[in-house]
Amino acid sequence: MTLRLPTGGLIDRSKPLRFTFDGKPCEGFQGDTIASALLASGTRILGRSFKYHRPRGLWGAWVDEPNAIMSVTLNGQTFPNCLATTTYLEDGMEARAVNAWPSAQFDVKGGLDLFHRWFAAGFYYKTFMWPDWHLFEPMIRRMAGLGHVSPQHLDEYTSDQTHDRCDTLVIGGGPAGLAAAEAAAKAGHDTLLVEDHAQLGGTAHQLAEIDGAPTQDWIAQRQAAIQSAGGRILVHTTAFGIYDHNLVGLAQNGPFGTAPRLIRLRAARIILATGAIDRPLTFANNDRPGIMAVEAAAEYLARYATLPGRDIALLATTPQAVTLATQLAQAGATITRVVPAQTPLSARGGKHLKALQAGDRTHPTDTILASGGLTPLVHLWRHAGGKLDWCETRHAFLPGTPPDGMTATGAANGTFDTDHALEEARAAGQNAPIKRPETTHHITPHWPTPGSPGRQWIDFQHDVTLKDVELAARENYTSVEHLKRYTTLGMASDQGKTSNMPGLAAMAAIQGRPIPEVGTTTFRPPFVPVPIETYHGAHSKQLWTPLKRLPLEPQHRAVGAALGEYGGWLRPGWYGTGDPAQQAQTEALMARQTAAIIDASPLGKIEVMGPDAEAFVNFIYYNTIATLKPGRIRYGFMLAEGGAILDDGVIARLGANRFVISCSSSHVDSVRTHLEAWRQDGNDPDRIFIHDTTQHWATLTVTGPKARQILDTLGLDTDLAHMSLRETTWNDTPLRLARVSFTGDTSFELSLRASHAPALWDALLDAGKPLNAGPIGVEALSILRAEKGFIMIGKDTDGETMPHDLGFTAPRQKKTAPFVGDRSLHTDTANAPDRKQLVGLTVPSGPPLPTGAHLVTDDSPPRSLGYVTSSYHSPTLGRPIALALVENGTDRMGDTLTAWHLGDTRQATVSPPCALDPEGDRLDA
Amino acid sequence: MQIFTCPFCGPRDEREFHFAAEAGKTRPDTRQQIDPETWATYLHAQRNEKGRTREVWMHLTCAELFLMERDSVTMEVYATTPLRKEPQ
Repeated sequence: MTLRLPTGGLIDRSKPLRFTFDGKPCEGFQGDTIASALLASGTRILGRSFKYHRPRGLWGAWVDEPNAIMSVTLNGQTFPNCLATTTYLEDGMEARAVNAWPSAQFDVKGGLDLFHRWFAAGFYYKTFMWPDWHLFEPMIRRMAGLGHVSPQHLDEYTSDQTHDRCDTLVIGGGPAGLAAAEAAAKAGHDTLLVEDHAQLGGTAHQLAEIDGAPTQDWIAQRQAAIQSAGGRILVHTTAFGIYDHNLVGLAQNGPFGTAPRLIRLRAARIILATGAIDRPLTFANNDRPGIMAVEAAAEYLARYATLPGRDIALLATTPQAVTLATQLAQAGATITRVVPAQTPLSARGGKHLKALQAGDRTHPTDTILASGGLTPLVHLWRHAGGKLDWCETRHAFLPGTPPDGMTATGAANGTFDTDHALEEARAAGQNAPIKRPETTHHITPHWPTPGSPGRQWIDFQHDVTLKDVELAARENYTSVEHLKRYTTLGMASDQGKTSNMPGLAAMAAIQGRPIPEVGTTTFRPPFVPVPIETYHGAHSKQLWTPLKRLPLEPQHRAVGAALGEYGGWLRPGWYGTGDPAQQAQTEALMARQTAAIIDASPLGKIEVMGPDAEAFVNFIYYNTIATLKPGRIRYGFMLAEGGAILDDGVIARLGANRFVISCSSSHVDSVRTHLEAWRQDGNDPDRIFIHDTTQHWATLTVTGPKARQILDTLGLDTDLAHMSLRETTWNDTPLRLARVSFTGDTSFELSLRASHAPALWDALLDAGKPLNAGPIGVEALSILRAEKGFIMIGKDTDGETMPHDLGFTAPRQKKTAPFVGDRSLHTDTANAPDRKQLVGLTVPSGPPLPTGAHLVTDDSPPRSLGYVTSSYHSPTLGRPIALALVENGTDRMGDTLTAWHLGDTRQATVSPPCALDPEGDRLDA
Repeated sequence: MQIFTCPFCGPRDEREFHFAAEAGKTRPDTRQQIDPETWATYLHAQRNEKGRTREVWMHLTCAELFLMERDSVTMEVYATTPLRKEPQ
C-alpha cells in the first residue's frame, strides 16, 4: 500500500533510489529520508523499543524521532545509531533496525513485553544485586546498545575542523530564521544562517503561501536577499551546542558515511529560530506504530508528499491540527476528529493499529495523529545559560531572561503564528528590542493522569511509562534529576526531546505541584548525537604534536639512517638496513673501539643571561651553580617544588652573566616554561633573560678512543679538560667545543649554527672513515649510556624519584642557598627507608631482562620491590646489563632478586649502576 | 572553549594558555626552618574558590605570566593584568 501522493513535496520523482530495510528491497526518491521512503511504502514498524522490544513506528519527522534508529550500511561500511528521519536516502543503502532480530517486524525478543511487570524502573538495581551484579552484567550489556560499532578502522572517516566568526548567527532556516537573517544582513551585520535540513524553509513548506507570496518563491527571495547583502548560509548543518564564552559548535554534514565537519564559531550575537516540536499525549498504548505527531504528519505531507495513513484519527486541539486536517482531507485521507479530554483513552491493536477508544466510543482507524501542544526548542538557550519562564496560555516553557548576546524568535520564542513570527524575527535581526506578541495559541492542556489505567508511555526510546514515574515518586525519587536517573527518562539518544515535558508534568501531577515548580532537568550539549570523531578531528599524530626535524635530516637519509620518533624529534635510530638490534650492537661496539659521530642537535640549548642569571640558575638547580667558573660545565638536576626530578643535564657557563642549559631533548619546552615561570614570579624579569636557541644550533658529538684524532683532522684544538668548553671558530663560523660525556668515553660536543652543520657533518664523517669510525643512532647511544649507568629522565626515573635516590646526595646535605624543591627533600617521604633507588642488575647470560619486569619478594603473594627501567645486551661486556629502581636498592648490593615478567621469572644480582669502566679510565684515554 | 585576553597579545583561545597557580601564594623562605604543615600547605592546599577567583596563568605562545580575575562558576573573565611591574 503506497501512501505517496502523485504530486507535490520536495522530492525528485525522476531520481528513484533503491535500498533495503531489514533485508527487504524498498524504493524511494532523491530528497527522501529513510523514514519518509519507508512511510510512503506503507512500512509501519521501523524499530523495536529498548527494554520491552515493543514494535514501534514513526512519531516524528526529524530530530525528535525516538523510535526509528537504524544501522545503515553503504559501500560496505556500517554506521550505527542513524536516525531514519534525519538520514537522507542514498542509492544502495542497507538499513537495519536496531534492537530487533531478525527484523523489526518479527523480533525474537518481542516476547519480553509479556514480562513487563518484572521490568519496572529500578529493576536492575533491585533484581541483579544478589549474589553479584557482575555475574549478570555481561549478559545485560550484550542486550543493550543501539547497534554495533564497526571494528574496522575507517581511515577516511575524519572530520575537518575549522574556526569561524560572524556578527550575527541565526540558528534555524525556517520562516523566522530567514526573516531574521535577511534583516540582519541588510542592516550591515556579517550574518551566518545555519539550517539543519538540506533545504531552507523549515515549516514554511507546510504553507501554500507566506507573507503574500508562494512559499517556494518566498524562500528563494529571502535566500537571494541574504546572500546579496553579504550573508552566508550553511544548510545540513546543526548547531549542536553552545559552550563557554558563546562558542557555538556547528556540525556540517556531508554525504552519508562521512564525518561531519566541526565549525567552532564565535558570534557576537546569536538569534535562535529553532522552532518547536509536538509533545506526545499520554494515554494507554500511546506507543503503538501508527501514532504520529501532528507536526510530523504535516512535514511528511509537505516535504515528502506522503500521507501518514488513510483512516486518520486526529487527537489534538492545536491550531496546527486544524490546518493539517484540511490538507490531509484534500489529499484523500479520511479524518475523524477526537477530543483528547475523554476518558478512558486508549489505542487498540498490536503491530497494526485498529482503533482509538475514546470514552465509550471506538473509532476504527489505522493512524492516530496526536499533539499535546507545542514545546519550543530551547536547548541552545539553556546551554548558554538563558532562563525559562512557564507560560500559562501556551502551557510550555518559553525563553525568559536571555543569556548575553542571545535572542529567541519565532516558534522557539513561543510565537507560533507565522505573521507574528516574521515581524518579531525582523526586529530581532535588526537588533531592535522585541516584545513577545499576544498568542492566539490557546490550548487545553492534557497532561498525564496519574492512576489512570493502561500502559502509558512517557519515554518511548527508553521504555519509561507513567507507572515507572509513579513508582519513582513512591520511592521518593521526586526531584526531576533523580527521576531521570532512576527511571532513565530522557537519557536515551534523543535526550528526552519528546519525553521530558510529559515526564515532569506527570511528576507535578503526582505531587500536586505546579509544573514550573517541578522544573526541568539540565539541558546539555550535544542537541543531537555527534560522532566522537567530530570532536577529535584530525587532531592526532603530526597535527597534534608536529615532529621536530633535524637540520641534518637529508644527510642522515643519505647514509641510510632509519629515522624514528624519539622524544618528539625525528632522529636516526640506527643506520643501515640490517636487523635493527644487531645494527645497534655493531654501532655501540664501534663507538667503544674507534669513535662514533652522533647528531645531538635535539639537546636543549636554553641561554640564561643577565645580572641576576647566576643567582637564578643557582636557585633553579639542585646543584650549586654559583661556584661554576666561566668556561666550565656542571652536571645537575632541576627539581619540581615537590622534590621530584624534573630534568637532568649539563649547564655551561659562558661568562659572568651567561649560562647555557643543556636539558634533555624531549624536555626543552617544559624546562623553558619552568624557567619562565620562576623568572617572572619571584624574580625581577628585567634582570634575567631566557632564550631558547635549541633549534638555532646543531650539535654533533664525537665520542670514543679515537675522537681526538677526528678533531685533530679538522684542525680543532682538543686540549680541553673534561667538563669545560671553549668558544672557537671552524671554517670561519663560531663553534662551541665542549667536553662532556654521555658514553663514558672521551667525548667532544661541537655546536654551531644549524646552517653550517652539513659541512661539519661531512668533515667529521670524512675524518672518521679511515679510522673505521662513523655515525651511530639513538639505539646504540642508549646502550652506551646504560653501560655507564647514566640515566634518562622519565625512563630510569619516575614521578617520585629524587636526586638522592640516584646517589646524588651532596647538595641535599650541604647546599645552603635556597633552590626549587629544597624543603621537599627533607620530608618524611624523602627520608623514608624504603625509597626506590637506582641500581644495576646483573644476569650472567641469556637475553636481556625484559624492561618493565618487576623485582619481587619471595612472599606469597609476592610483592613488587621495583622494576627494570633499562635493559640491553652490552656488546663490549658480552653480557646483558640492566638498570632498575628498587626499594632500598643500595643496601641490597650483591643480593639476588627474582625478576618477574608476564609469569616468567629469572634471577638477577643487584650491582652498581655503572657496569663498564667504573674507574673512569676511558674518559681520558 | 573560552577566550582569554593575554595582556601582551590580546584575546586568544584558551588552548594557548596554561594555569600556573592561584594568586597570592608566597614561597616560604627555605633558609629558615619550615614545619611540615606550612610546606605541605604551600605545596598542595588550594582555595579552589567558587565564584570570583584570582589566578596566575601563562600564555604559552609568548611565555608571559599574568594575573587573571575570573568567575569559576559563570566563566566570566573580569580582568587580565601583567604580573610584571611597570619598567622603572
